Amino acid sequence: MTALSLTNVCKSFGQVEVLKDINLTVEEGEFVVFVGPSGCGKSTLLRVISGLEEATSGDIEISGNSVNDVPPAKRGIAMVFQSYALYPHLTVRDNMSLALKQERKPKDEIAARVAEASRMLSLSDYLDRRPSELSGGQRQRVAIGRAVVREPDLFLFDEPLSNLDAALRMNTRLEIARLHRQLGASMIYVTHDQIEAMTLADKIVVLRDGRVEQVGSPMEIYNHPANRFVAEFIGSPSMNFVPAERLGGQNGQFVGIRPEYAQVTPNGRLKGKVIHVEKLGGDTNILIDLGDDLTFTSRVFGQYDTHVDQEIALDFDDTKCLSFDAEGQRI
Amino acid sequence: MSKARNNPLNSFAAHAALITYTLIALFPVFVILVNSFKTRKAIFRDPLALPEADTFTLIGYQTVLKQGDFFLYFQNSMIVTVVSLTLVLLFGAMAAFALAEYKFKGNLLMGLYLALGIMIPIRIGTVAILEMMVSSGLVNTLWALILVYTAQGLPLAVFILSEFMRQVSDDLKNAGRIDGLSEYTIFFRLVLPLVRPAMATVAVFNMIPIWNDLWFPLILAPAEETKTLTLGSQVFIGQFVTDWNAVLSALSMAILPVMILYVIFSRQLIRGITSGAVK
Ligand SMILES: Nc1ncnc2c1ncn2[C@@H]1O[C@H](COP(=O)(O)OP(=O)(O)OP(=O)(O)O)[C@@H](O)[C@H]1O
Ligand SMILES: [Mg+2]
Repeated sequence: MTALSLTNVCKSFGQVEVLKDINLTVEEGEFVVFVGPSGCGKSTLLRVISGLEEATSGDIEISGNSVNDVPPAKRGIAMVFQSYALYPHLTVRDNMSLALKQERKPKDEIAARVAEASRMLSLSDYLDRRPSELSGGQRQRVAIGRAVVREPDLFLFDEPLSNLDAALRMNTRLEIARLHRQLGASMIYVTHDQIEAMTLADKIVVLRDGRVEQVGSPMEIYNHPANRFVAEFIGSPSMNFVPAERLGGQNGQFVGIRPEYAQVTPNGRLKGKVIHVEKLGGDTNILIDLGDDLTFTSRVFGQYDTHVDQEIALDFDDTKCLSFDAEGQRI
Repeated sequence: MSKARNNPLNSFAAHAALITYTLIALFPVFVILVNSFKTRKAIFRDPLALPEADTFTLIGYQTVLKQGDFFLYFQNSMIVTVVSLTLVLLFGAMAAFALAEYKFKGNLLMGLYLALGIMIPIRIGTVAILEMMVSSGLVNTLWALILVYTAQGLPLAVFILSEFMRQVSDDLKNAGRIDGLSEYTIFFRLVLPLVRPAMATVAVFNMIPIWNDLWFPLILAPAEETKTLTLGSQVFIGQFVTDWNAVLSALSMAILPVMILYVIFSRQLIRGITSGAVK
């Protein structure tokens, strides 16, 4: 069964069209990640799904029922916000149980669900504290716990980890992945972070300017981007685009080469000067000026010894290259 | 900035300025209090002297408590102030929430219209207000005063509170909506507690003019049973003789409740003033 299906969903604020004709389905149990540049409408799409914002046109179905006229609380969804949005005057326990109290669930059931969720998120020791007495990571776990106790059909996460530091991010990311396996619920997750998108997603939805650019599994999107925008957006460092005529190709076209597919070789086809080196320990990013204002990034495995201003030559495997026409479409 | 703040000379200058201002502000209160305990002769002979054994007297307080129904006046003032403040805060906050939270046609216009009252003093409309009160039979009731003070306080309350309500995180309100809270619950349980400092600010700004007002009690409710404290104290001020002991004693007692309310609100008030600064 489909957990969510969007049909021709549009949303405008006054004259400004923010979402343009979005069509999308989320299967039950699927983990779907929305990525896209800032301002492309990810949060707005999430708010339209949750019912906080009304779609200007189009149909939204959750678990097979049209929810266009259903208020947020009755859509069978739960949302986790970037800013945690915990109720500051309530304890962790009350924060988690508020929604269930609103639904007039029996007391012992509420207690059981809160206990279960807090055990899963290791929050049992903090149940009587207020949000202000918790660390950032704990607050985010409470926010997730508040969503979990509702046992929704669909979880919505809006950049839940962006306020956490790197180590905590990784832990919480693993926790979310584990939660997804345990609960088997469908989840929609908005993020800026490449790693979160690639590691968590069953399906990635790339958005640009309110349109869906491509939908696919992380590897599909990485290996077969539909266009130059997706190719450039997914992958870090991003893909290099070399005018095809430099490589003996057709004028106006571009060849897309991922940094890790271009390796240093004495007689490589691409020659230039090193302008910057980033040694990350595990691998080394070399930025090379190929002339004509063209900067090329190569990612070399391991620790590669080079320095700025050194002449260097690169070569690549033709089968791993992608070709794009002048409009940025794949050929 | 922190460098300037830590400089001892600057800090001394700042404190000197603040202390000077405090002294100037408190001086009239001090004079009233001191003189309320002195005999009439002593008040005029040396208004700034402290009461001594031979000049000390409680005659003013005795007069006030005996003559006139001081406790009734006191009660009237209290009722008018507290009820008006409650209404101003309640309706002001509700209007502010609507203006800050909901997008509707004429939102901006409505906000400007409500703020207009800040610029136009309500006393300009005294005659019309009096006519309205007469025709609705509210003259000489406390309701007349309460309604007028509520109207007087609302513009500033809406103006200040809507600014603060805009700062309350949208995510928090949305989390409430997803958890199934009604808009009223969101307003009362989530938003109001967060703008409490602003509410205290509005309360203090409104409380003092209401408590001290002489104009409207004199015009709308001069009857004996609806006199407020400020108006009641006027009986001691005559055209030819003024019972200064009684006037000063009445004023001293009138200051007290305001002071108490002020202390209650002031903790919140300080937070309100500095809340934008450290976040
Ligand atoms: N309430 C609103 N009124 C008018 N325009 C809005 C409103 N909310 C969002 N927008 C506009 O819609 C566009 C998409 O905003 P949205 O918040 O969905 O972006 P986003 O993809 O979540 O960006 P980010 O990654 O920075 O969070 C933006 O251009 C924004 O200015
Ligand atoms: Mg966003």
